[in-house]
Amino acid sequence: MLRWLFPSPSEARLLGQERLRGPTAWVIAIMSFSIMIIAAAGLALANTAGTLSNAIQARYSIEIPGGSGRIDDLLATVRSAPGIANVQAVPEAEMRRTLERWLGPAAQSSELPVPALVNFDLESDTSLPALRRRVQAIAPEATIATHREAVGPLLRSLRLLQWVAFGLVLLLSAAASAAVVLAARGALDTHRFTIEVMHGIGATDVQVTSLFQRKIAIDASVGSLAGAGAAAIVLLMLSAGAAFAGEMTGGATLSGLDLLMLGLLPLALTVLATWVARTAVLAALRKAL
Amino acid sequence: MLRDLDFRLANGGFYFLTGPSGAGKTSLLKLLYLAQRPTRGRIRLFGEELTDAPREILPQFRRRIGVVFQDFRLVRHLSAFDNVALPLRIAGATDEQVEGPVREMLAWVGLADRASARPPTLSGGEQQRVAIARAVINRPDLLVADEPTGNVDAAMAQRLLHLFSALNREGTTVVVATHDVGLINATPGAKLIRLEAGAIADPTGALRNPPRTAREA
Repeated sequence: MLRWLFPSPSEARLLGQERLRGPTAWVIAIMSFSIMIIAAAGLALANTAGTLSNAIQARYSIEIPGGSGRIDDLLATVRSAPGIANVQAVPEAEMRRTLERWLGPAAQSSELPVPALVNFDLESDTSLPALRRRVQAIAPEATIATHREAVGPLLRSLRLLQWVAFGLVLLLSAAASAAVVLAARGALDTHRFTIEVMHGIGATDVQVTSLFQRKIAIDASVGSLAGAGAAAIVLLMLSAGAAFAGEMTGGATLSGLDLLMLGLLPLALTVLATWVARTAVLAALRKAL
Repeated sequence: MLRDLDFRLANGGFYFLTGPSGAGKTSLLKLLYLAQRPTRGRIRLFGEELTDAPREILPQFRRRIGVVFQDFRLVRHLSAFDNVALPLRIAGATDEQVEGPVREMLAWVGLADRASARPPTLSGGEQQRVAIARAVINRPDLLVADEPTGNVDAAMAQRLLHLFSALNREGTTVVVATHDVGLINATPGAKLIRLEAGAIADPTGALRNPPRTAREA
């Protein structure tokens, strides 16, 4: 199937042996590297957003301003309500530690009122208004916050970034294609005389095109594999950081399918470059007799 | 610019195309080997109307034409062997299939020991012989040569003329543009087409073998 990628010695001699002297392989290597990194980031963002979204989908918090005096009654009421799971009271010490990041040592002051906070999961068919009535019977000033509303802007930003990454992958692919078109035109100019001679003695456009297509396919393969290899090394080096980020976001990492998609990107880039080269060369040849 | 040309080449004929510089010989040859389309008029080649033929079908006709260009048009980065082998490879022959015929042809034009030399290292005469070998390697139905003996000595010119004649005897139609009176005189039976200012100079005498005294350089 890939026999056409390996020309006979005589075919290889027709366009000379300038494969890696030209910039095509280098340009494609840079594009491949960038595409891999951005695609990996995009996929990780998508996974992070998915994990975060799943984690907070049914998560709620009850907040009682001014203290935790009624926290035990509140916990008992919430736990006894139907469709409620994973009820946890956030310890006051933990809340003060969190506030310390912004307020400094003042967060530990007893003069600073810290609200009581109870987190829980609510099944979808459970009535939130009914729960709210039961909670406010104990603490009228209590409010119930929906996590997905609170984290909504962050999720939207993550999803936007994911689409930005997808768009960048497309833009870089388009830029790689443009580079291939320029390379193909440059190669045509360089070999114009050879092409004229070949045409003059009966070569078809397809025969001439196959020489350039093969040359650019080889350059694109070498470039995209080199770029992908470099990107893989960078991604491995970042894996420790990714694990840290994954811990923060509920363990979102690249799945096997993601890795397969990333692995196919160099092949996709090679196929794209080859197709673009073929189209560009055929279009240019059609202008001559 | 060519004008008012109306002639036909007999299948298997041998023709010399003469005329002063700028008369249109090279332009006429370009029309013959399908490197240009006429702006007016019709061209019929190998029984096919090719004036407006789609370019996709032209290669199959070009493969039946051997061309010796005035400026040789050898591919500089290919060896003499590869230049001569090019028409065969384009026609689909494998490296093994071209080996014998190309070696034989190079030996015939006296370049057996220069097979691996590239054109820039060859003399003008040697390049011309490589160009001729390339033009005739696939035994074309039509051989078009533009000043094919301009850079070779008299002995080699005779040898090349014998090659053309041998091809002609086997049925190849030969058209040679030349100023070489000796070449014309040495080819009995060849017909003469004289161009002047883009037109055939003597319509009544054209396409006939004129008397020796009427031949001009």
